Amino acid sequence: MSSRSTVRDLAQIAVFAALIAGLSLPGAIPIGSLGVPITLQTLGVMLAGAILGPRKGTLAVTTYVVLALIGLPILPGGRGGLGVFVGPTGGYLLGFILGAFVIGWCTARLLPRYRILPALLVTAIGGILAIYLIGVPWTAVTVGIPLDAAAIGALAFIPGDLIKVVVTVLVASAVHRAWPGIIEPKPWPWAAAKAETDASGAPVDPEASGRPAVADPSVQQDDRS
Amino acid sequence: MTEIVFEHVAHRYGDVPVLEDVSLRLAERRIGIVGANGSGKSTLARMVNGLVQPTSGRVLVDGLDVARRGREVRRRVGFVFTDPDNQIVMPTVREDVAFTLRRHRLPADQAAARVDDALETFGLSDLADRPAHKLSGGQKQLLALAAVLVARPAVLVADEPTTLLDARNARIVGEHLAALPQQLVMVTHHLDALADFDRVLVVDAGRIVADDAPAAALEAYREVVA
Amino acid sequence: MIGFAVPGTSVLHRMRPGVKLALLAAAVTVLAVLRDPVQLAVALALSCALVPLAHLPLRQTARQVTPVLWLLAVAVPVHAWFGTWPDAAAMGLRILTAVTLAAVFTMTTKVEALLDTVQAALRRVPWIDAERVGLVLALTIRCVPLLAAIVREVIDARRARGVGGSLRAIAVPVIVRSLRTADAFGEALVARGYDD
Repeated sequence: MSSRSTVRDLAQIAVFAALIAGLSLPGAIPIGSLGVPITLQTLGVMLAGAILGPRKGTLAVTTYVVLALIGLPILPGGRGGLGVFVGPTGGYLLGFILGAFVIGWCTARLLPRYRILPALLVTAIGGILAIYLIGVPWTAVTVGIPLDAAAIGALAFIPGDLIKVVVTVLVASAVHRAWPGIIEPKPWPWAAAKAETDASGAPVDPEASGRPAVADPSVQQDDRS
Repeated sequence: MTEIVFEHVAHRYGDVPVLEDVSLRLAERRIGIVGANGSGKSTLARMVNGLVQPTSGRVLVDGLDVARRGREVRRRVGFVFTDPDNQIVMPTVREDVAFTLRRHRLPADQAAARVDDALETFGLSDLADRPAHKLSGGQKQLLALAAVLVARPAVLVADEPTTLLDARNARIVGEHLAALPQQLVMVTHHLDALADFDRVLVVDAGRIVADDAPAAALEAYREVVA
Repeated sequence: MIGFAVPGTSVLHRMRPGVKLALLAAAVTVLAVLRDPVQLAVALALSCALVPLAHLPLRQTARQVTPVLWLLAVAVPVHAWFGTWPDAAAMGLRILTAVTLAAVFTMTTKVEALLDTVQAALRRVPWIDAERVGLVLALTIRCVPLLAAIVREVIDARRARGVGGSLRAIAVPVIVRSLRTADAFGEALVARGYDD
């Protein structure tokens, strides 16, 4: 695959960047029978990674963040501009980029099968852990409080984040079945090393490697078209 | 007139045939395409400028194979989609019209003059610096037309350009289309718009089932629908 | 274009965005080193003086700064609990000053001008295709109202069928329509001569 984006990639990047903005604008909306208010901005970030993959997903989130900093009112509550970046919550914007990358990178390795349990795990790592990994220390440093105090402050958002992780995985699972080829499947680093030793050894019977290997070429072709 | 030739063209989506063995030579000035939803008429229109490639057969525009010389063909063949919201790619009206000329390598003043000209033709001069999303549906379709025609293509292909518009705006856009000097290939559900056309194709289940002057073709179409 | 910029002809309005951005970065760096609440209070006063200097409307400027005030209302006491009140005051003043300066920057700089600056800077980076980055940024700005409308419609449709409901019932139709929109834009870009 070439690292250069096709026109279709560019359109997907722009539409998902705009989608994160569209999800940020309504503010908190009531969800479930209890009507718990939830903001949708991080849902958009997680979906970008889980549906578009590491390169396009990260670029979509980066585009969103750059436009917010440039001064478009696309952050929750119609905010935007550099003020957010120099304030205590600025780290989360960078965390979004890392989060989308982590989710996208792992998702490409879970495909083409995309089993739900590992998907939930990697989406939680990217969509919660990676985001707070930058967001919380940023708050601690700008506000000048201990790290654990800042982390306790962030705990309140975890239940909502967990719901968003589950929804992201369910949606991504349906999308990857209906539209195969949005993300090019990649092997895990350890699996790639193993495949190399396999290839240098006895020739592998393509029939024996099962459905995923057969599905691969068509998926890659779709991505280029 | 530009000559558009289909040589035994078929298109399949997976196992599903969308078009089967279409052979045509189109050189009339006003060509209409009608057919039910899902009949393959949009696919037929998209093949003229290579947005959809044949799975077998060839499409030639002035002798250029669309599959191999897509970029050159698209310089000659402009395309107007049904939903202008998905065709306008720049934030403001003027920027969107100018976008089409980006890759034409024109001197800046010439490009600007052409953009002004196109805006004037479609009555958009006063809206030039407006955000595109603030336009009405009819104005958006006129903007889409201006943005395609600023490149001065020899042929315009339009895929149901008035379907999403109300009656008044459909009439305005229809009048602009009728007044074009370009060769026009138009897919439409508005049968009365085709009365002055030179030729009308009726597509049904992936085949051309009638190909005639408007009156006779539309008669055949009514039989297919009935 | 949509944004927070207030038209004007002040020195700050006329300054090139790149220069202004460098000054802002320098100011934030200096603020980070200052420890004395009195010095920081002077810095805040000077920053606030920029608002009338640039003829910025007070209310709009306040709207840029108030969200961080709420945060500080919690953060300053917390900081004082872990440290000392002078330190807490210094922290609050430092953040308030930085946010005020950034607000002045945002309100005196047009989005278009900043986009041009970003693209001009990217053109010097050999491995970045600045034209494509510019296209993605412009296409995104164009798409924000479209996608915002899609999200609003889906949320409203769900509300019409009864309050509450699952997040998935929002996410699925929104994503399906987003992917279709992306396909349509991809096709339109090719039709309009922007093929690879």
